[in-house]
Amino acid sequence: MTATPTRIDSFAAAKPRHAVLSGWGRFPLSESDIYRPEKIAELQALVSSNGASLIARGAGRAYGDAALNDQNRVADIQRLNRMLSFDPETALLRCEAGVTIAEIIDVFLPRGFFPPVTPGTRFVTLGGSIAADVHGKNHHRDSSLASHVTNFDLMLASGEIWRCSREENPDLFWATVGGMGLTGVIVEVEIRLRPVESAYFNGELIRAPNIDAAIEAFERTDSEFGYSVAWIDCASSKSSLGRSVLNVGNFATLDTLPQNLAQDPLSVTPPIIPTVPFDLPGGTLNALTVKAFNAVIYALYRDTRARTIFDWESFFYPLDWIRSWNRIYGKRGFVQYQCVWPLAESRAGLIEVLEAISASGRASFLAVLKKFGAQDGMLSFPMPGYTLALDFPVNDTLLEFLETLDAMVLKRGGRVYLAKDARMRPETFRAMYPNLPQWQAAKALADPNNRFSSSLSRRLNMDPA
Amino acid sequence: MSKILILGATSPIARALALRFAVDGAQLFLAARDPNEVGRVASDLSVRSGVPALSGTFDAADFAAHDAFIRDAATKLGGLDGVVVCFGTLGDEDAAQIDPAAALATVHQNFTGAVSLLTIAARHLEQQRSGFIIVIGSVAGDRGRARNYVYGSAKGALALFTQGLRGRLAKAGVHVMTVKLGTVDTRMTWGREGTMLTVAPVQAADSIYEAWRSRAEVVYVPWFWRVIMGVVQLIPERRFKRLTL
Repeated sequence: MTATPTRIDSFAAAKPRHAVLSGWGRFPLSESDIYRPEKIAELQALVSSNGASLIARGAGRAYGDAALNDQNRVADIQRLNRMLSFDPETALLRCEAGVTIAEIIDVFLPRGFFPPVTPGTRFVTLGGSIAADVHGKNHHRDSSLASHVTNFDLMLASGEIWRCSREENPDLFWATVGGMGLTGVIVEVEIRLRPVESAYFNGELIRAPNIDAAIEAFERTDSEFGYSVAWIDCASSKSSLGRSVLNVGNFATLDTLPQNLAQDPLSVTPPIIPTVPFDLPGGTLNALTVKAFNAVIYALYRDTRARTIFDWESFFYPLDWIRSWNRIYGKRGFVQYQCVWPLAESRAGLIEVLEAISASGRASFLAVLKKFGAQDGMLSFPMPGYTLALDFPVNDTLLEFLETLDAMVLKRGGRVYLAKDARMRPETFRAMYPNLPQWQAAKALADPNNRFSSSLSRRLNMDPA
Repeated sequence: MSKILILGATSPIARALALRFAVDGAQLFLAARDPNEVGRVASDLSVRSGVPALSGTFDAADFAAHDAFIRDAATKLGGLDGVVVCFGTLGDEDAAQIDPAAALATVHQNFTGAVSLLTIAARHLEQQRSGFIIVIGSVAGDRGRARNYVYGSAKGALALFTQGLRGRLAKAGVHVMTVKLGTVDTRMTWGREGTMLTVAPVQAADSIYEAWRSRAEVVYVPWFWRVIMGVVQLIPERRFKRLTL
């Protein structure tokens, strides 16, 4: 391995802010000393200043405890968000890890470029997105974010900065992609943007009356559409178990846009932004209201297939529209549960889990179904197969219920997404992520004294020792 | 195209303000102490605005170098229409209250450095009979407080200097604006207890930009600090000296 020589400035130790933090799910809560460096040298001083545990945190959009470090140090990297270079010929953007997907859209969509992969919110940093190796609606075709990252610079515990790519320090590259920030702090990223002709999508809404129809629709539209996702009604049962509305599409080319949109095809219209101003009472979302809500949504899509033009925002980010949507779950917060099954087990796995949810009388307000393609990172979540994302308000019996789901998923060779997890058991995690020993070896080399750790890494007992 | 020099360009407020100017079509020269950081900030501005930004380094306390520095920036810009003073530091107030060297360092970083640089720049703008100067100060300069009077006195002096300069340059048609910052969410306020009513640097920069466009003379950012400081200034000295502010 080669180290890029770097100068460490003597920097007066910046003061931390001592505060209670949580992930986007607002469960669990943890107390930390939070640092927010504004210069590279400041981050270097923080990383190498002492031996206490440190974890980098981006925009705090991981749902559980991935960016928490209870009673320890957290480095908020959002102020390290400088864009360093962009080449329109190659579409390569080099920038600091605190740059968000939203900033990339603001700056580059008007010039005809879009992030190659985006999760369901654009308010995430690139650093966090690489650490979680996020996926989007185009995973079946374009894989996860890491596939579009040519290289990144990783700051190790010594303060040294190492360039990592598929050729340079490849083990560290693949251990950092999906590595939940535990190998070091991602400082700089080079990413290839996607050239687009418009900010719109040519798409279809496809109504699927049950899970088999939904899977059939995914398989059928797979090759035609680069982007696909389904909203799935978890409150339905029996013959309509897993009824869904698929949303599939491709970026619209200029020649397919109607006249009125073709005049300003790359417009990033500023949306009106409603906010949930306070925590809704704990019981607002219960099985009954969710059931009613889902029935109404499903009924709205009467046609079995409808061709539509979507704007980029409503296609990718239906929830970003409501800024603090996590508050609808009340003060106790909520848990996201996202799992994936290998292709051969997906149908049986989906039915098993949907029936368990239905039988439990719980209902997930927002449930999403999606087909994944191939994947590379050592701890990356996706695998070829179907993934289901659910959210449940926290109550006294929820954690127990989710463990029964874990067992179902594990039995079929599936796994649960770390960026959303707040409660999995270490033995379950070990069984679900068979490349853990390989990852631990790479982590031990890069961070021999285990300076980078988080609430998540301690809970899941991920550390090599 | 307006040619603007930003002094202390690596702060988040300066970054956001520079972007507003750049999007407006201005040509910018970004200057700060740290060559690595100012280079990054200039790259950022270039990528975001699509217009290449120039950059260079200066040290507020290296008075002898100021004349050459300003000349160099103006030459590279191909003129000079605006100067924005964004630099300043809280410094180590505890040290500054017992160690004269530390006290003078705080004064140089917040006052005398700006006096030196602005005097040179003002000469140029006055001859040119057009342009503007924005000086970003602090509400800490409105009244001396036990907790930060070294820093506060430097900012207070800076406000007086700017006020006088405004009067002088008005005759030449040069707009001089004083900004008094309240609490903005930057490293100066991060981790300080009892800090409230902070605004994001981007919002602060937007307010400064709007005030500049409307040719304001003195502006508090955020605006309600004018009210707060108005009240603070009304407290009789006998009482004020006993308050822990």
